[in-house]
Amino acid sequence: MMIYLDNSATTKPDPEVVKSFQQVSERFFANPSSIHQLGGESEQLLLEAKQQCAHLLHVEPEEIIFTSGGTEGNNLAIKGIAFEHRGRGKHIITSEIEHSSVYETCKALERLGFRVTYLPVDERGVISIDDLKRAITDDTILITIMHVNNELGSIQPIEQIGQLAKKYPKLYVHVDDVQGLGKVPFRLKASGIDLCTMSGHKIHGLKGTGILYAHKRTSLFPLFHGGNQEGSRRAGTENLAGAVSLAKALRLAKEKEQTEVKRMYELHHYMRSELKMIKHIEVNTPERAAPHIMNFSVPGLKPEVLIHMLGEKQIYISTKSACSSKQIDDHRILSACGYDESRSKSALRVSLTYDTTKEQINTFIDVLKDSINRLKEVME
Amino acid sequence: MMIYDHILIRYGELALKGKNQRKFLNQLQRNIKYQLREFKHVQVKRTQGRLFVELNGHDPTPIVEKCKQVFGIYSLSLAIKVDHDLEAIKKAALYALQQSKDTHAFKVAVRRANKAFPIGSQQMNQILGAHLLKNTTRFKVDVHEPDIIINVEIRREATYITSSVTEGLGGLPVGTGGKTLLLLSGGIDSPVAGYLAMRRGVELEAIHFHSPPFTSERAKQKVLDIAKRLTVYGHTINVHVVPFTKLQQQIFQDVPDRYAMTIMRRMMFRISEAVCRRHGILSLTTGESLGQVASQTMESMNTINEVTNYPVLRPLITMDKEDIVAISKQIETYPISIRPYEDCCTIFVPKSPATRPKRKIANEYESKLPFESLIDEALNGIEIIQMTDEKSTEDFQGLF
Repeated sequence: MMIYLDNSATTKPDPEVVKSFQQVSERFFANPSSIHQLGGESEQLLLEAKQQCAHLLHVEPEEIIFTSGGTEGNNLAIKGIAFEHRGRGKHIITSEIEHSSVYETCKALERLGFRVTYLPVDERGVISIDDLKRAITDDTILITIMHVNNELGSIQPIEQIGQLAKKYPKLYVHVDDVQGLGKVPFRLKASGIDLCTMSGHKIHGLKGTGILYAHKRTSLFPLFHGGNQEGSRRAGTENLAGAVSLAKALRLAKEKEQTEVKRMYELHHYMRSELKMIKHIEVNTPERAAPHIMNFSVPGLKPEVLIHMLGEKQIYISTKSACSSKQIDDHRILSACGYDESRSKSALRVSLTYDTTKEQINTFIDVLKDSINRLKEVME
Repeated sequence: MMIYDHILIRYGELALKGKNQRKFLNQLQRNIKYQLREFKHVQVKRTQGRLFVELNGHDPTPIVEKCKQVFGIYSLSLAIKVDHDLEAIKKAALYALQQSKDTHAFKVAVRRANKAFPIGSQQMNQILGAHLLKNTTRFKVDVHEPDIIINVEIRREATYITSSVTEGLGGLPVGTGGKTLLLLSGGIDSPVAGYLAMRRGVELEAIHFHSPPFTSERAKQKVLDIAKRLTVYGHTINVHVVPFTKLQQQIFQDVPDRYAMTIMRRMMFRISEAVCRRHGILSLTTGESLGQVASQTMESMNTINEVTNYPVLRPLITMDKEDIVAISKQIETYPISIRPYEDCCTIFVPKSPATRPKRKIANEYESKLPFESLIDEALNGIEIIQMTDEKSTEDFQGLF
C-alpha cells in the first residue's frame, strides 16, 4: 500500500470534489455572462459558490476572487497592490522565508523600482514584530507575510501583524495562507488583513482552483484585463466547475479542521519523538508549528537518495518545497533560520493530511531507520 | 480555562413598551433562536431585564454576526459567566482586560443587582481595579476617559463580566408590527424600503410584476435573490409574481404615452391591494422617494394613490439617493440591484411621461380600457414563491 506523505506539495482530490467538478462541467457549461436562461443558471451557481466560500470564511461574497491557485493569488495580491497604489509609496515588506511565488514576485518588483525589505527569521522560522515595526516607513504600502511556512511548518503571528498594520492607514496586509488553510485557523476579518491567498489543491481540491480574499475596500490593479468577471479584478470566463468544486473542498476541509486537527497534532508530536530517537537525524520543524509539516535533516546524506529509497517502498516524501526542489542548491529558507549548509542541504519534509494514520507513520519511521543505517554503512 | 461563554443582549427601546413588553420580548427571543438555529448547542435565555445567548462551546464570532441581523437588539457584548465568588470574578475581569486590543486606560463598573452579594459595588470597583493594576503592566485607571470599561454585573443567578460593546441594528423585533406587501421591482430603492419596514417590526411579503418575454427570467431571479437577501433578517418572504405582459401591452397600446406610466402604476396598486385582501395584509410599501423620477412627484403620487385606500408606507419618501444607496450597500442588496436586466418599470419607458398627471384625466383614459378583466386574469395567474435563508437551492443539491 502506498503511503503518501507529500501533502504540502499537493493532496489527492477528494472523490466528492471530483464528482462536483464533473457534474457542473456536464450540466452547467454555459457562460455565466451569457444573457440566456442557461447563462442565468450558471451565474446563479457561481454566486452560490461564492456565497458558500464567503460563509465558510466568515467574509462577504464580493470579497472572494476565484483564481487559478496560490501562485496567481500571491501575484495578484502583491502586484495588484504595488501597481494600483504606487502613487502612495514604493516600499514592500516581506520575509526571507516566503514561498517562491511571493519571493520572486518581490524580486521582480525590485527590478521595476520598488524597494523591498526581507525580514529575517529566528531559528524557529518566525519574524519579529519589533523588526517589522522598525521596517515600516512612510513609503510602505504592503506587508506580505505567509501564515504557515511550506518547508518548516512554522507559524507567523499574522493576527498581530494585522493589528499592528491597522495603525497605518495606507498600509495593506497580505497573507499567503496556502499551507495554513484547513489546518491552522485564524480570524481573517477581525485581524485587519486585507488580502489572503488560498489554494484548492492543498486541501483535497483540484489543481487550477484557488481564492484570493480581498477586503471590499481594497482596490487592485488586475493581472488580467478583459471582461468584468470577478468585479473586473480578474477577467476571463469563470472556471465554474472549479469554483463549485473548491467550495465543496473548502467545506470538507473546514469540517475536518474541527474534527481531525487535534489528532494530527498528536501524530505530529509522536512523529517528532520517534524521529528524535534516530541517530543522525536533526529535527528542523519548531515545537510550535502547523500539525501537518515535519522537516528534518540527515546531515551528510544526499536527501535525493533517501527519497528514492523510500520511494522503492512506495513511501512518498519530499525535499523542501516541490516548487523549488529541483534546483539543487536552493536552500534559502533553512539557511534563513540559521542552519548550516550541511543541515540545510540535507533537509527532508514529511507532510500529513487528515487521514494519515499512526500505522503509516510507524512504517515510514521503520523504513527510514533502515535506509539510513544502510546508507551510513556504505559511507563509513 | 477562562473563555467568553455568553453573549449579553440589550434591547433598549423595548424596555419602554409597558404591557406589550412581554409580547415583544417573546418575539425577540424567538427571532434570536431562529437566527441561531444552525448552532446546535446554543441556548437563548431570559432573566429579568436581560437576554443571554449561552454559547456552550461554539465560536462566538459567527454567532455575534448573526445576532447583528436581528431587529430589536440595541447592542450586545461577549460575557464571561462566573459564580458569586470574588476570586472567580477577579480572574474573569483580568481575562477580559487582557483580551482587549489597543487599550491602555480602563475603568471598572460594578452593578450589584443582587444585594445578597456581601460586598458593595463601590468597594468592588476598588478591589477589582487594584487587582487589575497589580497583575498587568500596560494599563492605568482612567474613570473619565477610559478606552475600555470592564463591566461586572452581579445578578441573582450569576455574575457576568463584559468589556466590548457591539452595536445591534436597533428597531423592533420582526413579527410585532403586522405584515406589509412590498412592491419589489429589482431596483435599488424597494429593497431598502422593505428593510426599513422590517426594522420597525413589520413582516414582509413582496409583489413583483413580470412581463415575459420583455423581461427575462433573470430579471425575475434578481427579484427573488433580493427577497432572499432580505430573509437574513429573520423570516421567510413570499414573493407574488404577477404575469403583467398583457395588461402592460394593452396600456401602452391604448393610453397616450404621457399617461401610460401613471396608469400602469395605478394598475399595480389595484393588483397589490387585491393581493393584500386575499392574504390579510394591511398595507402596501413602496420605494418611492419624492421627486426622484416622473412617477414620484407630488402630483403623480396623488393621482396614483387614488385607486387604493390601503395605507401606503413610503419609508424612503424624504431620503436622498446617496443615503438610500448607502443603506442598500450596507444590507448587500446593492450588488444584486445593479445587475443589468430590464424590469417592468424600465422596459416601456415613454419618452416624456407626464410629471403632473391629473386624477381626472387618468380616470378618463381608464374608462376606455377593459382593465378589470385583465386585472382578474393577472391575479389568477399569480405564482407565489417562498424565499427562505436556507443555503443551496434544490437544483444545485449535492454540488456543494
